[in-house]
Amino acid sequence: MHVSVTVNGTRREADVEPRTLLVYFLRETLGLTGTNVGCDTSTCGACTVHVDGQSVKSCTMLAAQADGREVTTIEGMASDGELHPLQRAFHEHHGLQCGYCTPGMIMASDSLIREAGHPLAEEEVRIGLEGNLCRCTGYQNIVKAVVAASQEMHGAPASA
Amino acid sequence: MIPAPFEYVRAESVDHAVALLGEHGEDAKLVAGGHSLLPLMRLRLARPSVLVDVDRLDDLAYVREAGDQIEIGATTRMAEVAASEVLATHNPLVAHAAGHVGDPQVRHRGTFGGSVAHGDPASDPPTVLLALDAQMVVRGPAGERTVAARDFFKGLFETDLGPQDVLTAVRVPKLSTGTGWSYQKFHRRAIDWAIVGVAAVVERSNGSVARAAIGLTNMGLMPMRAEGVEAALAGAAAEPGALAAAAGHAPEGTSPPSDTNGSAEYRRELSKVLVRRALEEALAR
Repeated sequence: MHVSVTVNGTRREADVEPRTLLVYFLRETLGLTGTNVGCDTSTCGACTVHVDGQSVKSCTMLAAQADGREVTTIEGMASDGELHPLQRAFHEHHGLQCGYCTPGMIMASDSLIREAGHPLAEEEVRIGLEGNLCRCTGYQNIVKAVVAASQEMHGAPASA
Repeated sequence: MIPAPFEYVRAESVDHAVALLGEHGEDAKLVAGGHSLLPLMRLRLARPSVLVDVDRLDDLAYVREAGDQIEIGATTRMAEVAASEVLATHNPLVAHAAGHVGDPQVRHRGTFGGSVAHGDPASDPPTVLLALDAQMVVRGPAGERTVAARDFFKGLFETDLGPQDVLTAVRVPKLSTGTGWSYQKFHRRAIDWAIVGVAAVVERSNGSVARAAIGLTNMGLMPMRAEGVEAALAGAAAEPGALAAAAGHAPEGTSPPSDTNGSAEYRRELSKVLVRRALEEALAR
């Protein structure tokens, strides 16, 4: 079947099998390999992308279901050569070790921060990222990075 | 893990979905958010030949007051149910339970109606609906009918829905201000199913329990009511000893599964503890 999906602001069209999952459409059809496949069973969150602005696990959505919708992947987060505040915060706070979960963590966090509408407390981040697993167990710095980015994104004074 | 090949058709309306299901026969399945069905298809535990997609039927995405009830459209996302102000005011139990299904990403996609129609005994919404004596609104070839929750869940992944039926909405009562509620979900990780879950709706009257409805998650082939607990609570004093004694009836008549998360015996014990906690929390609200 034919699908037309706006990915990172650009309209992309392709003929896909109905059984094509969104994550494989992104990675294999479009070559956007920033989105990772971890568990493949909607458990780990490594494949998290935005569909119409909301975080979803792209391993559990058909490409056909994204037809006509707007998808944002990690490749769409930086703009004009400037890292997204979350990307910068993960860098500054050492929020990644092997890096495999990072794209999913950032996409899930961005959706979480925008939905909250205010800077997030540590507990809110931990609960909000319950669907994202880090096999390096590097959660402490991930949480620090997300708290810091949420303050920047919502214009709160930066804390020490 | 890729699903087996299937044909994909998009329904433009509920009636169109009913017609498509009729046209494609029993091998056709409805899909909306896909968070129950797609994992099963990827594991090849389900192999429908045709998927009828109702994901975009946005006219079924609503939570609204309907007299003394609240009506929840079938394609309303779990996240929307969890955040509903109408439910926060009139039936916070439903919003609370929806907010504990999966994780934020899952709740952005998974629909309330999909979870109910799937009929998984380990899923949270069906148990809550059973405890609330909810009503399911179903559209089929013969028109619309309403099915009580008690008659809707029939077995493991088995509901009253026929091969051409579409669940369009769920109706739950408005809870009176004197009614306490709780949903206890016991699990290891957010994305896991409840090892055991307990829904409690408790009506108080002058220091005693006027009426209690208790639902159990993952204690048998379908969501169940803990009738032994309910009977023991009728007219009982709302004090710890009486609540604990009533909770002791929780495993009666259940047939919990044994799996990597716990044996049947473990679940029977756990159900007593969670019923007690649910009663204490419900009465404290």
